[in-house]
Amino acid sequence: MGIADIIIKLILIVIIFAISLLVALYSTYAERKIAAFFQDRIGPNRAGPWGILQPFADGGKMFLKEEIIPANASAFLFIAGPSLSILTACIGSAVIPWGQKLTIGTHVVDLQVTDINVGVLYILGVVSLGVYGVMIGGWASNNKYSLLGAIRAASQNISYELSMGLSIIALLMVTGTLSLREIAEQQHGFWSHGWFTWNFFRQPLGFLIFIVCAFAETNRTPFDLPECETELIGGYHTEYSSMKLGFYLFSEYINMFISGAVMATLYFGGYNFPFMHHLGLSENWITILGVIALFTKIFFFIFFFMWVRWTIPRFRYDQLMDLGWKSLIPLSIANIVITGIVITFYK
Amino acid sequence: MEALSNKRKVIESKPLNFFERIYLPVIFRGLAITMKHFFRKPVTVSYPEQKREYSENFRGMHSLKRDEDGRERCTACGLCALSCPAEAITMIAAERQKGEEHLYREEKYAAVYEINMLRCIFCGLCEEACPKEAIYLDGPHVPSEYLRKDFIYGKDKLVEAPLNQ
Repeated sequence: MGIADIIIKLILIVIIFAISLLVALYSTYAERKIAAFFQDRIGPNRAGPWGILQPFADGGKMFLKEEIIPANASAFLFIAGPSLSILTACIGSAVIPWGQKLTIGTHVVDLQVTDINVGVLYILGVVSLGVYGVMIGGWASNNKYSLLGAIRAASQNISYELSMGLSIIALLMVTGTLSLREIAEQQHGFWSHGWFTWNFFRQPLGFLIFIVCAFAETNRTPFDLPECETELIGGYHTEYSSMKLGFYLFSEYINMFISGAVMATLYFGGYNFPFMHHLGLSENWITILGVIALFTKIFFFIFFFMWVRWTIPRFRYDQLMDLGWKSLIPLSIANIVITGIVITFYK
Repeated sequence: MEALSNKRKVIESKPLNFFERIYLPVIFRGLAITMKHFFRKPVTVSYPEQKREYSENFRGMHSLKRDEDGRERCTACGLCALSCPAEAITMIAAERQKGEEHLYREEKYAAVYEINMLRCIFCGLCEEACPKEAIYLDGPHVPSEYLRKDFIYGKDKLVEAPLNQ
């Protein structure tokens, strides 16, 4: 690995980092706009044309707010909470294959920061780390509402990680690999050997379980109990102000982006799109179109997250636990068994 | 118990059936409903640029009317103040002098006529009570002020502009 490769990797990392921040930034705008459309309103339209500068106005406001650390809070952990939250949100993008290989002159640029052979495990690990930021922040605030929110976040994430892991196991039985690059490559094109190549058509139930768990893991409605205003004021970020609050909110949007990317890669063919090799384009063009295809899928998932948020009310906490433990886990185990039987008979 | 009205409604709490318990069918129905609204035209009125029209029977700021010759109609009878449930109207009557016939229609007129807009509830009883058709609540809504005393509107704000000016 020469110096040029390292520089290319660094540039790629910076670009991915910037893109995930930009997407998260504009997700806040999209959320407000989409919420408005769902409610027959216009939404923010004063800052810039159609309000497209709104996220910057919001961000600037966040920075200018007073920074408050409660007197009885543990200052170090209080700051560590949001930092950890945004850190774990950002590192998830490292293993996602954003596209095929791009050839620039003699260099072959792999549009994936690192292709580790346990990519799926890495994602699961990062997802489970994500709850620490919430927990530490909520606990360090020394506030009962924050603590309750943190406890809810922790138990909710643990419960839904189980069925998420189980649904991925069924997927891994189909793919036979943990590397996200290989999983994406296996879903090449759209149709081959008389069946769709995308994993969604092999694991529809698994995808359903996965997306429900993704909602729970990203703390989005209908599973946004850790931060429900009606019961817990602000939940784990009740005591937070200024950019520390901003980081919490921001990490939620980055998480949405990353989970959209993971769902697209695992179940919807990643950067593959139908007829990708019947267009007669050069490899580089197909790669670029593939990146666009991946982002289209991700944006659809982000839109879906928002669509659901402005449709369904919040679950009650016992309903949440019932759904997680009594429905999703048995369902995902049944999914594994069915997948096993089908694989045994058709391969 | 015998129903006291026909509005009584028997509420049954049935346990959820299978389709309701798996949530998904109803969730998709809900998603379809919100999607329908997504493409609907927004009902927002972008206020400062775009103003909504008042309804025809809107009761806003009061105005003291003039007759066809431009004379004040009010004769300071005090019926409006009497009818006012919020006691927002006060007035001091005066006698019309010689040579003021072009200003006041009746022999008696209101030298001071004040409405406290903070007390007024815009019920419109004053315009109903007025025998001279002198007061109408046909203005726009009352603008905001910084001081309470500025809400006490005198004749300078209430009386209609003279005819030929």
